[in-house]
Amino acid sequence: MSGHPTYQPQSSFMKWMERRLPIAGLIHSSFVVYPTPRNLNYWWTFGGILSFLLGVQIITGIILVMHYTPHADMAFNSVEHIMRDVNYGWLIRYLHSNGASMFFVAVYIHMFRGMYYGSYKEPREVLWILGVILYLLMMATGFLGYTLPWGQMSFWGATVITNFFSAIPIVGESVVTWLWGGYAIGNPTLQRFFSLHYLLPFVIAGVVVLHIWALHMVGQNNPTGIEPKTDKDVVAFTPYATIKDSFMMVCFCIVFAWFVFYVPNYLGHADNYIPANPSVTPTHIVPEWYYLPFYAILRAIPDKLMGVIALVGSIVILAFLPWLDTSKVRSATYRPLYRQFFWIFVIVCIGLGWLGAKPAEGGYVIAARILTFYYFAHFIVILPLLGWIEKPKPLPNSIAEAILQKGVPIGASGPAPTVNKA
Amino acid sequence: MVRQFLALALAGSVAALAAAAPAAAAEGTPPPPREKWSFSGPFGKFDRGQLQRGFKVYREVCQVCHGMTLLSFRNLSEPGGPEFSVAQVRTLAAEYKVQDGPNDAGEMFERNGRAGDRFPAPYKNDNEARSRYNAVPPDFSVIAKARTYERGFPWFVLDMFTQYQEHGVDYISALMQGYEDKPPQGVNIPQGLAYNKYFPGHAIAMPKPMEDGRVTYEDGSPQTLAQYSKDVSAFLAWAAEPHLEARKRMGFQVMIFLLIFAGLMYFTKKKVWKQVELHPEDLTPRPPTEYKT
Repeated sequence: MSGHPTYQPQSSFMKWMERRLPIAGLIHSSFVVYPTPRNLNYWWTFGGILSFLLGVQIITGIILVMHYTPHADMAFNSVEHIMRDVNYGWLIRYLHSNGASMFFVAVYIHMFRGMYYGSYKEPREVLWILGVILYLLMMATGFLGYTLPWGQMSFWGATVITNFFSAIPIVGESVVTWLWGGYAIGNPTLQRFFSLHYLLPFVIAGVVVLHIWALHMVGQNNPTGIEPKTDKDVVAFTPYATIKDSFMMVCFCIVFAWFVFYVPNYLGHADNYIPANPSVTPTHIVPEWYYLPFYAILRAIPDKLMGVIALVGSIVILAFLPWLDTSKVRSATYRPLYRQFFWIFVIVCIGLGWLGAKPAEGGYVIAARILTFYYFAHFIVILPLLGWIEKPKPLPNSIAEAILQKGVPIGASGPAPTVNKA
Repeated sequence: MVRQFLALALAGSVAALAAAAPAAAAEGTPPPPREKWSFSGPFGKFDRGQLQRGFKVYREVCQVCHGMTLLSFRNLSEPGGPEFSVAQVRTLAAEYKVQDGPNDAGEMFERNGRAGDRFPAPYKNDNEARSRYNAVPPDFSVIAKARTYERGFPWFVLDMFTQYQEHGVDYISALMQGYEDKPPQGVNIPQGLAYNKYFPGHAIAMPKPMEDGRVTYEDGSPQTLAQYSKDVSAFLAWAAEPHLEARKRMGFQVMIFLLIFAGLMYFTKKKVWKQVELHPEDLTPRPPTEYKT
């Protein structure tokens, strides 16, 4: 895709500027003439949506901090002060709390899209790993943020999560004391969580820059999973991708607004409207919905240390996905078996999420164990084997051809890719 | 072989979830009955009369034990609430004693309440409450959002679309009416506690708070326990979410805006992409893809 026009500054000011700080040229080459595969579907719009949501979270967060008091005795009431007395405080706070959930909705779609179309495969491994790091940072930020209203779930959620570290042999207890800033969760804990909650979004923003940089090095994957070869396979980022992304972003905002204005507490937990009370443990301590699958994995394992290892492992294993999937074909469109296993994996993740919200007893634990086993088996057993067993469908010769054939590859004539079984 | 494994994996995960189902049925408390609330749904608004009656019930029955310390008297006259007149609120506030100070002598002193004051707490701290009531009566400021009940699958999913979110309000209303003088056979209620059908575990520290005819209504509404329960629950719903009406009103405006905006974006997108989609004949197939092995 050589020969796309480079930025030519028109005004004398921009010419002056371009010789000193070529920022306009950078924006032009990254977001205007940047070639994107022409066959990207709407699942590819969630990267832009995520950037938008990061902006929403940072802006609403900064406004909330102007009115919030990070102190164990005052945090709960200061949040209620925002809800009641600050002009449009309810709007800002509901945008922020539901925005966090929307962030995870978008990131899960974004990740599953990557899994379906094999977007993590060579040469996009680093891009994928940066994504896993972003996901981990998001989880940390979301958890820290959920503690800030200092309600019952804030307090007890923080207790459960920080107690993970006590599973570390020998130094565990000391690590927990160090995290808490005392011998129990209290004001020092809240204040450091607040500090970190303010810091991490900017770390996320930094890694997002790396993520986009890596993306622009290797180019976007696309539904066929084959690389663009000529200018006929691509369109310019602006206006094509920009308008498509913007349209989807507005649609996503409709969902976002539905939650904010009509069911703002649906994704939260009633117990978090009870001020934190160290002497009363809630009957069921449940994390935010986006952690539920991992919570189910944690509780499926009877041993505490092993449970924590499984929990961490279930996320870290994602980083190894590029090497666990041995198939040379990227897109599930041309992988008839993987496509089915992909959907089973999605069902398993949703099932784990449902079990994470249930008490850890009886049939729930058995179900959680089976699904946990399957979760790991998907990565460690199924994906490596599938690359050997599966016979992929013939691939189209180019993106343009795939479009010409309305998504049907030139069936018999196109040679199936040869899979090296050495 | 793979096919069989595939079928096994799918059947296994479904069976695993099915195994969990019987555990879901075992809960002792019946769900509270669903009431009709004027403030539910996308266009919901509070019924002013109901909020005013609910406040009367709160004042004459609940207030002795339950504070509402996050609310100010002025909230009662603000739009979207019970909308008492400013003069009414001023008179009402003056009936309360509020602690102020320190004064020039460094002393704390009591004075009559003003519209800007918050509702005073009925007890100084949890210890005093425990010695007086044998329990800590929860504050009522956000109680309607702090209580809920288990909806179960698939209802909890549908609630997202039907906008049912009055779980706490329904629960409170049911709780007021859930007292029974004699617990059912086999249920043991410890000394000093009461039996309530809807309270988790059934043994509640609060004695039956009211009965028919307890509060006099001036607007001719029925003076029954059922009516009191509904009114005070609606009042607590407002107390927990005083900007509910403004939120839903703005929500509708935002929805209209976003729908039109999305429509315009859709047609713009279509127009921009037309060139690409109209001339696929420009596209010539390339040689076969070689995958690096």
